[in-house]
This record gives sequence, C-alpha cells and structure tokens, in this order.
Amino acid sequence: MTSQTDPPEPATQKAETGSNWTAAIRRAVEHRLPWDNLLPDRQPFFVGSWVYVFGVVAITSLVWVIGSGVVLAFFGPSWWHVSGIGRFVNSIHFWSVQLLFVFAVLHLWGQYFMASWRDGRATTWVVGVVIFLAALVTGFTGYIAQQNLDAQWIAVNAKDAINATGAGAFFNPLDFGQIYGIHVMLLPIGVTVLVVLHVLQVRMRGVVKPIEPDAPKPGDAATPSSAT
Amino acid sequence: MDASATYLQVGFILISVPNALVIVGMIVLLIAAVLAPFPGHHRVQDDDDQPD
Repeated sequence: MTSQTDPPEPATQKAETGSNWTAAIRRAVEHRLPWDNLLPDRQPFFVGSWVYVFGVVAITSLVWVIGSGVVLAFFGPSWWHVSGIGRFVNSIHFWSVQLLFVFAVLHLWGQYFMASWRDGRATTWVVGVVIFLAALVTGFTGYIAQQNLDAQWIAVNAKDAINATGAGAFFNPLDFGQIYGIHVMLLPIGVTVLVVLHVLQVRMRGVVKPIEPDAPKPGDAATPSSAT
Repeated sequence: MDASATYLQVGFILISVPNALVIVGMIVLLIAAVLAPFPGHHRVQDDDDQPD
C-alpha cells in the first residue's frame, strides 16, 4: 500500500541498484524480456497467417506426447500392450509424435522460406535445429522402447550403424534399460527446456518481418533518396 | 495393416507410398497455409510497424 506522500520507486530505478550477480541477472532479464514482450496481447499485422500456427501446433503435440508418455511410464509395457485403455494411450502417444514431427517440419519449412534467422535471430534458428535433432533421437529411442517386434528389429539393425559411428560403447540400442531411461527422462527434459528457450527467444526479439519484395536496393534510380 | 507397403522408385530415390502421401500432404498444407485467409485478420492503421 502506498500513500501520496511516499511514492513507490520506479522499477527502472530499482533495477539499477545492486552490483552482485543476482542484480545483474535481474537487470538483464528486465532489459531483454520485459513483460510486454513475454506476454504480448497484440502482434504485428503480418503475423495474421496460418504459417505462424505450425509452431504452436507442434508445441501442442509435444504437450500431448509428454502427457501420454507420463501415463505410459506409470503403467509400463504390460499395460500398454495388453489392456484396451493402455493401447489407446499408447496410440495417443504414437500419433501425437507423428503430428509433432509433421508440424515441426512444416514450421521449419515456413521459417526457412521466410529466412527467419535475419535481424539477430540466428541463435533462435540454431536452437530450433538442435530441438529437431534432439526430437529425432527421442523418436528413435521411443521406437526401441515400444517392447514389440518392431522395437527388436530396429534395435538389432541400428546397433551396427551406431557401432560404426563409435558411439556404440556408451549408447547401446540393445540395452533396453539405458534406452528407456534416456527416452523417458533425459531427452524429454532436454527437448522441453530447449522449446521453452526457443519460445523465449522468439518473445525477446519478436517475429521476424516478412521479406519486402519491392524493397529499394542501393543504387536503384527510382529510390526516394536518389530522386531528391 | 501388417502387409508390406508399396514402394515408388525414381532412379536412386526409393520411397513407400504412405510416406510419399504424407510428404505430398505436408506440401499441400504449407501452400494452403500461405494462401488461405486468416480469420479475424483486419488491417488496422496504427498496427503497422509500431516499435515493440
């Protein structure tokens, strides 16, 4: 509660005080990601396109993947292969992954053709690529973790390829415990953290402006600057 | 569902029909997303190019 005789300090003035690392982090966050950028209620005109929906659908699919995956982890293979509800949740998990990859690739195509790495957004693009690669490994370990004939066939055939890369010493597709642990713990956490970082990067810098087809080039005779 | 998929081959490119259909569907979806009008999308004069 504040009174008229004792006005509160402006936030910017507060942020300037303090010289320890906590204050430095606070200043950096306040500077790079103010609330208006973090939770915007308006977007530029050019964001009104279905192309910008692909990323959100991919994230929605990821939420379904993780939610169904948590249920599967609780009940185990004997449940998801035998009971009706187990097969249903298993199918939700599988088809959510299919949708995740379809819309992640559509998001990638859309951003590629818009050259979304422009204007200081290169790290956003790189994080997106890393998410895609991590999701591929997650999908691979998920196929092996199915505990069916498909999983055995994939694991037996993949071991030779992975041995050929030299990674077979510490990443063994035939070791179900290792693959399952990586699939349900390490990779989901990694992908989720990277997706959160990716969204924060988009919120920090905003959505990239479309490429102007009629943008005047330096040296063009018809440019306003050269006409005056 | 357990039957083997039919494959298409063009030179060194070998792809199953289901996979080819998914890729064609994705391309169609991308084109549709670019061309289809976005609902509730009206240009507002003061919306354009405002600094964030």
